[in-house]
Amino acid sequence: MRVTVRLFALARQRAGRSEIVVDLDVPATVGALRSVLGAAYPELAPLIPSLMFAVENEYATDDTSIAPDAEVAAIPPVSGGTSFAKG
Amino acid sequence: MIAITEAPIDHSALTAYVRSNLAGAVCTFLGTVREMTGDRRTSSLDYEAYPDMALKKMAELEAEARHRWPVIALAMVHRVGHLDLGEISVVVAVSCPHRHQAMDAARWLIDTLKDVVPIWKKEVWADGTEEWVHPGLDQKTGPG
Repeated sequence: MRVTVRLFALARQRAGRSEIVVDLDVPATVGALRSVLGAAYPELAPLIPSLMFAVENEYATDDTSIAPDAEVAAIPPVSGGTSFAKG
Repeated sequence: MIAITEAPIDHSALTAYVRSNLAGAVCTFLGTVREMTGDRRTSSLDYEAYPDMALKKMAELEAEARHRWPVIALAMVHRVGHLDLGEISVVVAVSCPHRHQAMDAARWLIDTLKDVVPIWKKEVWADGTEEWVHPGLDQKTGPG
C-alpha cells in the first residue's frame, strides 16, 4: 500500500519537499517504513536512526501499525535539548 | 487557551487572560530569541510546527498540568515563522492559588513542551549559515 509521510524541518529540507510517498507491504508498520525509507529516499538515510514517527498525530514505535489512509509523519528530534546540561 | 500563531505574541494579554480573583499567584514564562549561543551569534530564528499534532500535544500537557496542580487558568502559545532577536517565541502563563504551584506548573509545562511538542527551530547565524536544531542528530553526516 502507498503511505504518504509528512516531513518537517531538516527532513523536509533534505528531501526538498514536505511529503513523500512510500510503498509498503500490508500489514504495514512503522518499523517497515523505517527500513524502506532510506532506500527510497537516500537523502534521508543519514537521518533515519534519529527520526521519530507519528501515526495519527501520536508518537509511534516500530511496532505501531499503519492503517490505510493513516496520517504519518517523520519527526526529527525536537529542540528541547538546549539546556546547558545537555549542551 | 492553546494556540500556534505566526503573529507576534501579546504576553501581557495572556497574563491578563489567566488572572483571577481565585489566584494567589500568576506565573508567566516568555521564551525569547537569544543573540549569543556560546560564542556564536544568532541573526534570527525560523520556527516550524506540525500544527495538528503540536496542538494535540499541547492540549495533553494542559490536561496533565491541571491533573498535577490546582490550575485556575492556563495559556500556552507558540509562535512559528521568522523571528528576530528579542522576539517572543513561546509564552506559558499559569494561575494557581499559591506561588509554588504556579511556578512548578509553568516550569513543567515549558520543559515538557520543549521535549514533546513537534515544533522545531532553525538558527540563522550571523555568519550567514543556517542550522536546524535537532539535539542528538549529527547534521554533518551524509549529503546535504
